[in-house]
Amino acid sequence: MRPIFDPRLLARFDVGLLLATLAITGIGSLTVYSATFDPVAGGSGFALRQIGFATIGLLAALGMTAFDYRKLERWAPLIYGLSVALLGAVLLVGQVGGGSRRWIGAGPLRLQPSETVKLALVVLLARYYHHRERPEGLRLRDLGWPILWTATPAALILVQPDLGTAGVLGLVAVSVTCMAGLSRGTLGIIGVGVAAFVPIAPILFGQLKTYQQKRILTFLDPESDPLGAGYHVIQSKIAIGSGGFLGKGYLSGTQTRLDFLPEQHTDFVFSVLSEEWGFVGAAVVVGLYLALILRGLVVVHRAKERFGTLLAFGVLANIFWQATINLGMITGLFPVVGITLPFVSYGGSSLVTLMLGVGLVLNVNMRRLSRERLPRL
Amino acid sequence: MLLNDPEIPESPRRRIFAAAAVVVVLFAAILTRLWVLQIGQMESWRSLSENNRIRLERLPATRGLVLDRRGEPLVENRPAFDVQIVPEDTPDLAATLARLGDIIDGDLPDKAEFARAARRQPRHEPVPVRRDVDWDTVVRLEVLESELPGVRLATGPIRTYTRGSLGSHLLGYVGQVDPGTLERDHSYRMGDLVGKSGLERSFEEWLRGRPGAQQIEVDALGRRLRVISEKAPQPGRNLVLTIDGRLQAFAEQLLEGREGALVALDPRTGGVLALASAPGYDPNAFARGISSSDWKGLTGDVLQPLQNRTVQGQYPPGSTFKVVTAAAALEEGVVTPFTRIFCGGAWRFGNRSYRCWRPGGHGSVDMHDALVGSCDVYFYQVGHRLGIDTLAEYARRFGLGRLPEAGLDHEKAGLVPDTAWKKRRFNERWYPGETLSVAIGQGALLTTPIQMARVIGAIAGGALYRPHLVDRVESPGGETVDAFAPEIDTDLGLRPTTLHQLREALRDVVESPRGTGRNAHLPSVEVGGKTGTVQVFRMGQNRIKTADLPRHLRDHAWFVAFAPVEDPEIAIAVLIEHAGTGGGATAAPIARDLADFWFASTRGRDYQLAGTGGILSGTELVRAGAITAPPNAEG
Repeated sequence: MRPIFDPRLLARFDVGLLLATLAITGIGSLTVYSATFDPVAGGSGFALRQIGFATIGLLAALGMTAFDYRKLERWAPLIYGLSVALLGAVLLVGQVGGGSRRWIGAGPLRLQPSETVKLALVVLLARYYHHRERPEGLRLRDLGWPILWTATPAALILVQPDLGTAGVLGLVAVSVTCMAGLSRGTLGIIGVGVAAFVPIAPILFGQLKTYQQKRILTFLDPESDPLGAGYHVIQSKIAIGSGGFLGKGYLSGTQTRLDFLPEQHTDFVFSVLSEEWGFVGAAVVVGLYLALILRGLVVVHRAKERFGTLLAFGVLANIFWQATINLGMITGLFPVVGITLPFVSYGGSSLVTLMLGVGLVLNVNMRRLSRERLPRL
Repeated sequence: MLLNDPEIPESPRRRIFAAAAVVVVLFAAILTRLWVLQIGQMESWRSLSENNRIRLERLPATRGLVLDRRGEPLVENRPAFDVQIVPEDTPDLAATLARLGDIIDGDLPDKAEFARAARRQPRHEPVPVRRDVDWDTVVRLEVLESELPGVRLATGPIRTYTRGSLGSHLLGYVGQVDPGTLERDHSYRMGDLVGKSGLERSFEEWLRGRPGAQQIEVDALGRRLRVISEKAPQPGRNLVLTIDGRLQAFAEQLLEGREGALVALDPRTGGVLALASAPGYDPNAFARGISSSDWKGLTGDVLQPLQNRTVQGQYPPGSTFKVVTAAAALEEGVVTPFTRIFCGGAWRFGNRSYRCWRPGGHGSVDMHDALVGSCDVYFYQVGHRLGIDTLAEYARRFGLGRLPEAGLDHEKAGLVPDTAWKKRRFNERWYPGETLSVAIGQGALLTTPIQMARVIGAIAGGALYRPHLVDRVESPGGETVDAFAPEIDTDLGLRPTTLHQLREALRDVVESPRGTGRNAHLPSVEVGGKTGTVQVFRMGQNRIKTADLPRHLRDHAWFVAFAPVEDPEIAIAVLIEHAGTGGGATAAPIARDLADFWFASTRGRDYQLAGTGGILSGTELVRAGAITAPPNAEG
């Protein structure tokens, strides 16, 4: 009988990667506690729930390392189909939160399928590109299915409406596709297409009615509405900037305490952290992300085959884009689009899915090829 | 196969390095940005966070107006001053509240109440403590500003109901948003006024508008330093009603001193012309924030002034229901217009004697006579032949037993009993004797005045329309945003001959000297109608004189009418609670006067008034504004 768990696999368990993840998650839970702490009413519900989610996520991540990740290849269409179906269900029966329909309820649990669909798409794309390897790179016609698979959930997420998550989904798909490799011809055609669209776009835009233009502008750049998101960014910048080098101290952020910050336990959680821990705290978190992703890229490099490479890379791309866009948004570099900070922002679906992804990266690393060549399992 | 034959893949080495480079560059950019904010510009951000604060202040939207069909305002806004406290700027809340109490008369929230209100929002957002203070108070507060840190005066519009209690039930009133709504809908803020009843409530989304906001910089004391940016509020939309303000006022005048309801609608569209319920109340008290003693007075009143009897009051329809029984009988063929039935003052059915209201009986009557004289015996027998389920089916076809969906709150459906209902409700079979009661509009049957106005309007116009009170929604600039097209509920499915026979009979109820509704006669317009008298107290074999009955046991009086008979413009239902007299004596004159007023105001000076019979005189009409400037005058 085959051993359920080969002890040699344990030797390849990337503890550093897991520790970086857990460190960010721990800091996140502490910050969520601070962001939702009310000196009068008390209240640690959010933080406790976040720790609960983290625990579930950790177990799920470890569970993800227990089987050969290549088995996922088979399940990819099913996982993807289920996720998209759930996403569709959200629109029909979903619960409204913060002005859009994102959650689907099952008793006390609330699931946000737009989080799980990102992982599902990565698995499906990795499978597809794995079987579509061409020495000269992918041709344009190879991209038909991936575009359809990405556009379907992206459209469903867009109408929720959740522009940010739809955008990240697109970025992740593009990242995985680039990693799979495009032929020179394909790159050229895409380049020409984009180049052609740039001058045409303003003409098309000019054809629209004024109120339609305005709607599109606010959609693309909510900061142009200075009283909505613009206000949030100013408050966020005050929080971050006033934190200074060492910060105001844990639970002592005045912007946070006085509720100036919007969404301070979700989208703007990093502003809370930066106010209370200063540049030092912020830099530590950014450093941890950097460590996590670079360590992950090593796994991508060492992976046994294309499927593992693309799978691990997709997971990392999701973490990277979310972190970059969120940090850029709250520091006023990018427009506000409502993206959470991975492992730090409050949210169960997001945290558990991210942890699952880390589990897959660990899995790919454990079953990589090496000089001593593991026997087949 | 691939899994079984692992081969070393061509590692996309270059692409991985490119990805790593992108990661490093972007993270470096973010770190640089953090460095600039937290170290380079730290001083200025810190001073903003400590001394000055950027705040977002809401600019409330002006609520939409409500206009009558002629464009006369029924609900407006006037500017008012509200006193607010910003918790963050008040170092000693108890002292501030006490000092404020010296300046403002009347009660203020105490510290605990204030804290409860303030907990729901950020500490820098103002909590309203008093609405609509007078000018003297405003001046005193301005002078004493420095002694009252955190106290602010805000100007905001307050709702005014231009003619006091006019249309109070249909217009409804506004009040502060309740905690439940605040939880559900984040676009509301503590202290916002929302529609609580009537059209104010059902058209809240149209009326409320969208608040704007100002981004301002304030100093440590909460005083404004400058406005950074501003988004203007969007005023709410105006409602143009189908209600005629003058007719409404006159309808309310007719009900004065009584408890009852009056509904007038246009049978050709379902548009409600007047909707009066008495007693009424003054909604202005709510706009300011009603005091708890006033509120208790209104809710504790046995006469229930807050109840809108037109849609919430459920009464047996009495003999007015005979029009439905008659329609069913003719359609189903259980009688022909020529079938005669003998009424000797009672009909023996089973082991009980079912009495006619006229002790001596009506003699031999056909359908026409039976409606004109409101013969109970005729309808007992017709009802028996129909059976309860067929009768109930027709009642529902006329809109009974279901919500009228007029767009008012707390509308009641009434009750149309049938065998299924009896089984469900009491788990008992239906007794044929009960059918007899229902056939003359008694028994378990319940209707609301607006439902009966629809019934008579449907007979008059040939189709049952969905009642509506709002003709159109206009933008503040007067452009039509949404218009409500007349909507046919059912076309009744009655044969033209049936409708014709019913209308003839109903005309003779009023126009024939034997008719029970003679009191509704108008000199120059033919009126059709039907009386109804509802026994509240089931008398035994002995008849008791009304004067000996306590008020709450006296009969209700009904009258339903339409006019002109040939080309109906108006359908009316009048209900007077515990009138003590029959529908013909009490309710019919009210319907007549209302119709009289309507024709006087729409037909102008050539219209001949009812004269001495009616309470209207030329001077009355001039005073009520009916004939001075009739904009819809056709003559």
